[in-house]
Amino acid sequence: MSNHLENQVRTCDTTGLPVCLNAQKFIRLHGVCAVVFLLIGAVAAILLALTRWPAVHLLNAEWYYRVLTLHGLNMLIFWILFIEVAILYFAATTLLNSRLFSKGVAWAAFLMMIVGAIMVDTVVFQGKADVLMTSYTPLKADPMFYLGIILVAVGTLTGVFNFFATVYIAKRDKTYEGSVPLVVFGAIAAAVIAVVTLLHGAVVMIPTWFWSMGWAEAPDPGWYRLVWWGLGHQSQQVNVCAMVSVWYLLATLTTGAKPLNQAVCRTAFVLYILFINLASAHHLLVDPGVGASWKIWNTSYAMYLAVLASMIHGFTVPASVEVAQRARGYVRGLFSWLTNAPWKNPGFSAFFLSLIIFGFIGGITGVTLGTQQINILAHNTLRIPGHFHATVVGGTTLAFMGLIYYVVPLIFQKEFYARSVATIQPYIFAAGITLMSIGMSFAGSAGVPRRHWDVEFAGANLAAGFDSGTHLWLGIMGMGGVLAFVGLLTFILLTVAAVFFGKSNKGRAMTPWATPKSLVTEGDAEAAHDERSPGTMVLVIVLLAAFVVYYFANWLALTDVWHVR
Amino acid sequence: MSIHIPEKDWFKAPTGGERVWIALSLVWCLIMFIMMPVWHFKGKQNSTGEAYRVEPAQFMARVQQSIQTQSVGEENGVPIVQPPPGGDAYLLGQMWRWQPILKLKKDQSYRLHVSSLDLQHGFSLLPVNMNFHILPGYDHVLTITPTQTGEYQVICNEFCGIGHHLMTGKIIVE
Repeated sequence: MSNHLENQVRTCDTTGLPVCLNAQKFIRLHGVCAVVFLLIGAVAAILLALTRWPAVHLLNAEWYYRVLTLHGLNMLIFWILFIEVAILYFAATTLLNSRLFSKGVAWAAFLMMIVGAIMVDTVVFQGKADVLMTSYTPLKADPMFYLGIILVAVGTLTGVFNFFATVYIAKRDKTYEGSVPLVVFGAIAAAVIAVVTLLHGAVVMIPTWFWSMGWAEAPDPGWYRLVWWGLGHQSQQVNVCAMVSVWYLLATLTTGAKPLNQAVCRTAFVLYILFINLASAHHLLVDPGVGASWKIWNTSYAMYLAVLASMIHGFTVPASVEVAQRARGYVRGLFSWLTNAPWKNPGFSAFFLSLIIFGFIGGITGVTLGTQQINILAHNTLRIPGHFHATVVGGTTLAFMGLIYYVVPLIFQKEFYARSVATIQPYIFAAGITLMSIGMSFAGSAGVPRRHWDVEFAGANLAAGFDSGTHLWLGIMGMGGVLAFVGLLTFILLTVAAVFFGKSNKGRAMTPWATPKSLVTEGDAEAAHDERSPGTMVLVIVLLAAFVVYYFANWLALTDVWHVR
Repeated sequence: MSIHIPEKDWFKAPTGGERVWIALSLVWCLIMFIMMPVWHFKGKQNSTGEAYRVEPAQFMARVQQSIQTQSVGEENGVPIVQPPPGGDAYLLGQMWRWQPILKLKKDQSYRLHVSSLDLQHGFSLLPVNMNFHILPGYDHVLTITPTQTGEYQVICNEFCGIGHHLMTGKIIVE
């Protein structure tokens, strides 16, 4: 039984799924705004890359920190939150065959988010909030800055409420029978974490806003860091959750993959909800005032149970693709399923490259740098952005790009131009971001600080600096940044051209991206169905080996530094 | 399919490769967890977060006192202080310098008190690459033992305003 209102639903011409027209309107609205913020963040990104590349050193100090503030907020908060609210609306309506709970609530959420985001960007451009994304007290910004962030947070919470209300009415109206689909389950997990995250944001930002208005004392800087990272780090865990859901979604859309064991996938999402919230500690590992046992317990998310969850997804996602491909007849050797995957489909390549970059670079470095003692070698160095550009950019943003290659034809009902360019775009972006991340990581290993305008320290009273090898890594970072920017700009141009000027595909199925060809007939595939995934097993063993080597190499490096307690 | 309602009997235990991988992952997670308490007791490099409340002006006074009583010279106008081995050493971060320059002895331990007069700062020792966070109002005590001789730079790696990149200091180990 569907609960759609009359004339407020259409059937997708490609998938046959129902699309609530109200939800579609807000998915489009949020999607367009998300891409605008992505563009602002991208322009900021190239300026930063060209400033931190010592041979170029483009911006002056004032504009470097201003643009850095802008980059963090637009990329990590606005682009991601706008697209995530769109994903939530999609998951709760189309996949549950339900209408959106309320158009009014959706408008309220959207208006608060967009007004807040514009307020923040405006005060940053005016130079009244050169405080970087974290705005650590007692560094003070214009009150409008904090108010804007509070508005974005409350708006997002309102959108999340609309999502939960939609899930509720779908259940009440029995629009589906049994358990929710896996992608919806993942979206619910992301939404639960988002609520906890945004409440932390309110707890820290409201007193800070009061202080900026002169109504209250400055919040304690240690307390501020603890609670702010309850917002700052957990919002990245919302991204992880949303990204993993998108992996499952794209695996299905591009290869027809089916989760091997739903209980395992869902348990892994529950582990995220239970344990991932402890990760605020990752930022406080070399802080004063919090003790060793607090640091050890929290940084490990209670014995790494949230890491276990990611390692499980890291297996089940590629394994589901392998099983689907083997059923198509790609049974030869360990990897013919992978080499014959639809690599010319940008939805698939973006998804699979995201999986690889997130696992092999982002995941391994993140857990290692978040080890209590190893963090002494990494805190506030370029190793940290080297890590998170591999998770949130090479991982989350790349996965969301893959998703958008389907959202535009299916939800906007517009076709892409220059489809062959779209085919190579994920590779350019992935290569750029990987190079940049590696450059940052190696430069950071020499101690190069993050958030720093001049690593030559020109004009400093006591000289400091880095050797030529370190400069080489910074150059690699800069080149990677340029390449990633080219990939990102290509993506934005393709998307904008399709959304605003693309040919409508209303009334017919979308022009398909490359799909895997089947070597066997339908009946044979059923008969040959095999749940084993030996190729994936080899891949994850290689991952684990790389993990072990990197982890212990860092302990070894730690033995070289001065003794400290 | 991940976008469809699962079959009714979806709740079942993992089998085959999936089960092996979950077991392997769990073992690895526990190894990583155990490493930290082990290192806390056996290792030489730990961040215990020892800290005391201190008013910035009060901390400033302690730094001034160490400069008056233990100064052994100066470089570019920055006093060089030689604290007693085994004793307390003070380092003050402010926009945009670290002071004083500290002269330490190799293989001797010091209780290094680091705090800030104004904003948050990052204590980063180069080229050793050791990093600690510094907050105003917190006397962060690092019990350090230099293991190499030479001249080391201290830089700031937490954004502290427009002159952040000018904030440098020095530690000399003999």
